Amino acid sequence: MVVNTIHWFRKGLRLHDNPSLKDSIRGSDTLRCIYILDPWFAGSSNVGINRWRFLLQCLEDLDASLRKLNSRLFVIRGQPTDVFPRLFKEWQINRLSYEYDSEPFGKERDAAIQKLANEAGVEVMVRISHTLYNLDKIIELNGNQPPLTYKRFQAVINRMDAVEMPAETITFEVLKNCVTPISEDHDEKFGVPSLEELGFETEGLTTAVWPGGETEALMRLERHLERKAWVANFERPRMNANSLLASPTGLSPYLRFGCLSCRLFYFKLTDLYRKVKKNHTPPLSLYGQLLWREFFYTTATNNPCFDKMDGNPICVQIPWDRNPEALAKWAEGRTGFPWIDAIMTQLRQEGWIHHLARHGVACFLTRGDLWISWEEGMKVFEELLLDADWSVNAGSWMWLSCSSFFQQFFHCYCPVGFGRRTDPNGDYIRRYLPILRGFPAKYIYDPWNAPEEVQKAAKCIIGVHYPKPMVNHAEASRINIERMKQIYQQLSCYRGLGMDASLLATVPANSNFGGNGTNPRTVSTATNEGPGGSSKDPSVQVGMSQTERAQSVQKRRHEETPLESSSKSWKQSK
Amino acid sequence: MKRGLQGNEQEDGGGTSGGCQKTLKRSRKQRREKDLEDEESRWECLPQEILLHIFQYLPLLDRAFASQVCRGWNETFHMPELWRCFEFELNQPASSYLKATHPDLIKQIIKRHSDHLQYVSFKVDSSRESAEAACDILSQLVNCSLKTLGLISTARPSFMEMPKSHFISALTVVFVNSKSLSSLKIDDTPVDDPSLKVLVANNSDTLKLLKMSSCPHVSPAGILCVADQCHGLRELALNYHLLSDELLIALSSEKHVHLEHLRIDVVSENPGQQFHTIKKSSWDAMMRHSPKFNLVMYFFLYEDEFGPFFRDEIPVTHLYFGRSVSKDVLGRVGLNCPRLVELVVCANGLRPLDEELIRIAQRCTQLSAIGLGECEVSCSAFVEFVKMCGDRLTQLSIMEEVLVPDHRYGLDDIHWEVSKHLGRVWFPDMMPTW
Repeated sequence: MVVNTIHWFRKGLRLHDNPSLKDSIRGSDTLRCIYILDPWFAGSSNVGINRWRFLLQCLEDLDASLRKLNSRLFVIRGQPTDVFPRLFKEWQINRLSYEYDSEPFGKERDAAIQKLANEAGVEVMVRISHTLYNLDKIIELNGNQPPLTYKRFQAVINRMDAVEMPAETITFEVLKNCVTPISEDHDEKFGVPSLEELGFETEGLTTAVWPGGETEALMRLERHLERKAWVANFERPRMNANSLLASPTGLSPYLRFGCLSCRLFYFKLTDLYRKVKKNHTPPLSLYGQLLWREFFYTTATNNPCFDKMDGNPICVQIPWDRNPEALAKWAEGRTGFPWIDAIMTQLRQEGWIHHLARHGVACFLTRGDLWISWEEGMKVFEELLLDADWSVNAGSWMWLSCSSFFQQFFHCYCPVGFGRRTDPNGDYIRRYLPILRGFPAKYIYDPWNAPEEVQKAAKCIIGVHYPKPMVNHAEASRINIERMKQIYQQLSCYRGLGMDASLLATVPANSNFGGNGTNPRTVSTATNEGPGGSSKDPSVQVGMSQTERAQSVQKRRHEETPLESSSKSWKQSK
Repeated sequence: MKRGLQGNEQEDGGGTSGGCQKTLKRSRKQRREKDLEDEESRWECLPQEILLHIFQYLPLLDRAFASQVCRGWNETFHMPELWRCFEFELNQPASSYLKATHPDLIKQIIKRHSDHLQYVSFKVDSSRESAEAACDILSQLVNCSLKTLGLISTARPSFMEMPKSHFISALTVVFVNSKSLSSLKIDDTPVDDPSLKVLVANNSDTLKLLKMSSCPHVSPAGILCVADQCHGLRELALNYHLLSDELLIALSSEKHVHLEHLRIDVVSENPGQQFHTIKKSSWDAMMRHSPKFNLVMYFFLYEDEFGPFFRDEIPVTHLYFGRSVSKDVLGRVGLNCPRLVELVVCANGLRPLDEELIRIAQRCTQLSAIGLGECEVSCSAFVEFVKMCGDRLTQLSIMEEVLVPDHRYGLDDIHWEVSKHLGRVWFPDMMPTW
């Protein structure tokens, strides 16, 4: 029987460590590697030009690599549920392979495709290679709940079996007799589109700071490891002014798109460490970047509401402000705080910012200054940030806005001080906000405090050439810390957590301020963890009460009243 | 309730209804149907006190559904006991994601339950309309005798954006009518001296708690009037500019009860602001009068505005630095705050706080909670600090970036050392890196 195979690229845009592709080649007569250009980019309609360009470069790179193997990439436009039945028939497909997608939207989409495949008699081969581990196993090991603290997650990881070795790279040997039927008009029908063809304006577009593709990814990996070996120090490097700039060894966008296998990275790091540190066992902190990614993937995989506050059982319900004007100022780098504006400018221009810069702007938008919902910030990052995939982006925003994961809320990044400490000279500001170039280091982080002569000399009058600061930070942070406190004092699941619960919540809460008509006492389901209790995972015990809390809060949110009279109009509204 | 399917079992509980007997002579089917009838009628037998007790556990929406079941349950729904506490949530769709209390419900409460209300709070979003709506409701609560009133802004302080006179008149209605106000939370509102006088004139015997941080229209004389007359005041929250030696002396007068809680916000309006000092003797008087009181201070100042603070001993127990605070000031804190229980430092700078922390461990023997944000401490000094404090540290929240590895400890092993001295497993706070 002739076996005709389709391999469906979604993430995992690489030929190294691609077990689903490799396994499906075995015994195949023909192979076609496809990418479906879903105009809705796997669930999010919110994608900026840098992300599209990166993706297209990945696809070009794949196509080039496949060409060397006498094959090609087939780019097909449309929705998967429409595309597949057609292709199954046209190409007489009996085998389909793809890399497992753990995100809720991905799982739903794939379930639909599985069904179509079953109906068409197509064998489906799925393998895990976008994450280090099988996430369902992590959840199982943690009592069928995803760990809600990073430390707990690490503890569970320690008990997992070793990470599986990367699969063999696809080469001529691997392909053997498997061929790809390529038509003369392949480029016309299935070629990788250009940015212009997709409708983007490319005039004035600067070269990509982060070029997409597997080739680039593997080169960067080598450089990354070289640099680590040279430094011979695996400690987290202290933050300095240079760290803010895009690094030629940065890997996060490549991990997100799957140009670089996380398992390959993992093993190469391990080997290098053993070589340099003479066979010591590497600490978990070595894999920090990879494990954070894994952590958020695990928390998100069974939660379709992970990217929202409403209806999300792990998200604290915070009364964020709706303020589109303020949001726009933040998104477009017009807040009047050079530190914030420079970061948002770099983000828009290049598609990547340092993780501490992310903390700074996220804090400013949410619990620090503007009190705007983290969902809005997440959407902006989704549009602009190359390495922001659904799970990691939503999870990080919840973390940074203290909406989940048991974070302390007292710590607030100052939009002036934080930048000043990181880059005292202000070169980063000057680079991304040229209008402020003339300001001396003393005033570049708070130019509104500069005397008139200084502003005149810098040829930049604050309020005219550069906006005045949109908030008074001292005032805003005073108000916001009070707001956070109000919320956390009501969260019974944080009380009685013993250690590391909530600083600043020790002020006596007046118990007479009860909820609506229920007894003034709080519905407390907190466990009283004494000192030694930290071995119990707060997330398992507390997670329940937080869910209950969230749900009961949800209920109250949708409160409507029955009218005393016969009119039942209230039942119509939610 | 037992469902007896055999014999002549007696019914237990609520046997006031006549139809509660069963007989063997009926067929099984008839018996089952009768049981069901009995079940239903048993629900009617439920005494109102029990139903009331059950209703108290239900959230409002569920109670509202229950009230539609029958007249009896509807009556219970409207019993005064269920309307003592209410939290009005006032949000506009344009400024909030959360839903508001339904206007019809509000009307109903004002109509039927305003004299039952005793513990009331208003949560408003950042729109002026919500604040005005709150005041409209307040103005209508003429029959209320409130014990507790809270005006809470959940985002921007919208009470400050409405016409002051509207706010004052609404508040005055409450003060005049509720002669037994015990708790009042009016932070971030345009309350002024005259309205405080009205409060004092009507509620001086009962007032126990007053929170009025960031009320810019109140003067030191205004708050002094409250302290002089309200001798039962146990908890007070205000801004530093309202604090005076006279106020502290008034709060320590013999007629006054022991103060339990004093919260002071020190906020910089303009850079380079000068702050007045409080005499040590005033704090001493407070300490003599209320030896156990909590003094909570929140600082939102620029680094160079700390001049007048921590020069003398001050009985502060909870200290929060919302902006950057210098090494120097933290050194003074170690010297002058022997009662310190909780310390939170948002930011300091790039010079290690080793000495300052050690001194705090030595001199602040009550310290049980500490939080450090953008600071630097060498790992060795941190371990030393924890060793000296021992297991009295119930809350230790240190951002991972704070700890600087040195020759003795790296980041990977420091948490074991610290855990050892704390007597429990401890890790620094982490932030995602990706």
